[in-house]
Amino acid sequence: MPVPKVMGVETEYGISVKGAVDRDPVTASTLVVNSYRDRERNKVLWDYDQESPTSDARGFTSDETVQSPDEESNRVINDILINGGRYYVDHAHPEYCTPECLDARELVKYDKAGEIILNISRQISEEVLGKDTRIIIHKNNSDHKGHSYGCHENYLMDRSVDFQEIVDGLTPFLVTRQIFTGSGKVGYENGSDPAVYQISQRADFFESEVGLSTMVDRPIINTRDEPHADEKRFRRLHVIVGDANMSEFTTYLKVGTTALVLTLIEMGVIKDRFKLMNPVKAIKSVSRDLNCNGRISLLKGGDWTPIQIQREYLNLAVKYLSSTADPIAKDILEKWEFVLDKLEEDPMQLDRHIDWVIKKRLIEAYMRKFDLDWSDHRVLMLDLQYHDVDPEKGLYYRLVKNGQVERILNPGEAFSAVTDPPESTRAYFRGMCLKKYSQQIHSVSWNSMVFELNSSSSLNKIYMQDPCRGTKELVGEILDGCKTADELIKFFDELSK
Amino acid sequence: MPSKERKQTYKKREEEKREERQEPEADKGAQDIKDDLDRLLDEIDEILEEDSEEFIENYIQRGGE
Repeated sequence: MPVPKVMGVETEYGISVKGAVDRDPVTASTLVVNSYRDRERNKVLWDYDQESPTSDARGFTSDETVQSPDEESNRVINDILINGGRYYVDHAHPEYCTPECLDARELVKYDKAGEIILNISRQISEEVLGKDTRIIIHKNNSDHKGHSYGCHENYLMDRSVDFQEIVDGLTPFLVTRQIFTGSGKVGYENGSDPAVYQISQRADFFESEVGLSTMVDRPIINTRDEPHADEKRFRRLHVIVGDANMSEFTTYLKVGTTALVLTLIEMGVIKDRFKLMNPVKAIKSVSRDLNCNGRISLLKGGDWTPIQIQREYLNLAVKYLSSTADPIAKDILEKWEFVLDKLEEDPMQLDRHIDWVIKKRLIEAYMRKFDLDWSDHRVLMLDLQYHDVDPEKGLYYRLVKNGQVERILNPGEAFSAVTDPPESTRAYFRGMCLKKYSQQIHSVSWNSMVFELNSSSSLNKIYMQDPCRGTKELVGEILDGCKTADELIKFFDELSK
Repeated sequence: MPSKERKQTYKKREEEKREERQEPEADKGAQDIKDDLDRLLDEIDEILEEDSEEFIENYIQRGGE
C-alpha cells in the first residue's frame, strides 16, 4: 500500500575561502554554520540516539563503527532550524537538510530557503573574517578534480515493499532521469570516459549498483536503513544519485517524478520490467549523451533511449495515478510529458527549464562572444559560478533577474520558508516548538524532541514516529494553548492517561 | 485525465508564455535581441571571478556525504 510521499533534500555545499591564510574547509564550514541565528541561541543538541547509519536495508548491519560526537562538538557542528530543518557541518561542508515536506512544490520552497540561509551565513562569516576575506559557497557536487559531495533525497515508503523491488524498479528510472534532472558539468573526472560537457555532475562517481556506502564505491541505490520513523511501518529511501539543482523547475520535476515512481513501485506495477543490462555503465553513457537518443540495453532484450524508458514510466504513472492525483501530482505529470517531448525534438529547447541545458546555453553563448574554447578556465568558472549562492555573483540568479528561467515559486516566496515550518508534516511540531519553547529544548532528532522542563529535573522525550502527524491541523491549537513546554508536556501526559 | 488533454493544457500555457515573451521582442527586431543577449553576457563577464584561472586551480573540495 502506498504511503504519503513525505520528502526531504539534504545538500552539502562546496565552500572556498579567498584571501585568508587559513583555507581549512572544516573551520570555514564551522564558522558558516555557527554564524547563522534564527532564534535566541540556546543549547539545543542533535539527538544521535535515533541514528543508525550502519543498518543495511538488505537485512544486516555494517561492521563500520560510527561514533557520535561528544556534547561540545555536537553543539558546535549542529543547528536545528525553526523551519524544521537541520543545518550542520558534515565533514568539510556546510550541509542543509530541508524539513519534511508533503509535495514537490513545498520541497522546492524549502530547498530554495537553504540557499538563502547559506547566503546569510556567508555574509555574516565574511564580516567576522574582515573585508579582505571572501567566502564562496557553491550549490554543486564536484570540484572537477575527482571529489564529490552529495545532494541526497529522502522519500517515505511503505516498509512492507520488498527492497529488491525498489532496486529493480527504481534503478532504470534513476539512470535515465538525469536527462531532466542533471545540473551539467564541463569535463569529466574520476577515471571515467572523456567528455567536453556532460548532463550530470554526479554520474562520474557511481561505481556500483547497490550498497551502503555514500563516500567510496558509490552505489546507484543506497541501502542505508535509517527510517527516522516507526520502522515497522516506514522506510526512508535515501537517494544519493542526484545533482544539486539551481533551477526550481528541475528540482520540482526531480522530486515530483521520483515520488510518483516510488508510489508505482509500492503498488507493485514496475517490478523488473525495465531492468538494465549494465546500470553503472549506462549512468555514465546517458550523462554524456547530450542528444538523449543513445541506446541502453535492457536485460529482457531490446535497446531503448533514455527518453523511451522515461516515457514508459510516465505512461504507467498516467495509467495508475492520474485519476487519484492531487493538483501538484497532475502538474508533475504534465510537465514530465512536456520535457520528454521537448527532449525528443531538441533538448536545447529546455534552456529555460532544466539546469544542464540552461548552463550549456549560457556557456556556449559566452564562448561565442569571447571566442573561447571548452578548455578555457573562464568556461570552468562559468560552470562553477552558475552555482554560487550569492545573488550578486551567482550566474543562475543573474539569469533569474533577467527573466531567463522558468520558475515554480513566486518571487520572494522562499523567504517565508526560512522562518516557518511546513504545516503538513511533523516538521510543523518541531519548528513551532523551537520557535516557542527554544529555551526548554534539550535535543532534537527527526523523530524525537527532548524537553528540559522547569518543573522537572529529568528530561522528557516526545517521539514523532509518524512523519504525517504533528501537523498544524493536529497540533496547531494545542501549541497555541500552551505557553511553556511544561504546559505542553503536561497536556500530553494527561492525554495518555 | 487522458494523456492528450493533459499535454495540451501545459503545452498551451507554455506556448502562450512564449508568445507573450516574443511579442515585444518581435517589435524589437533581431538586432535588439542580439543586443539584449550581448548586454547579459557583458553583465556576466563583469561579475565572473576576476582571477578565474587561479580560482579554478585552487578549487579543491573534500569528498563528502
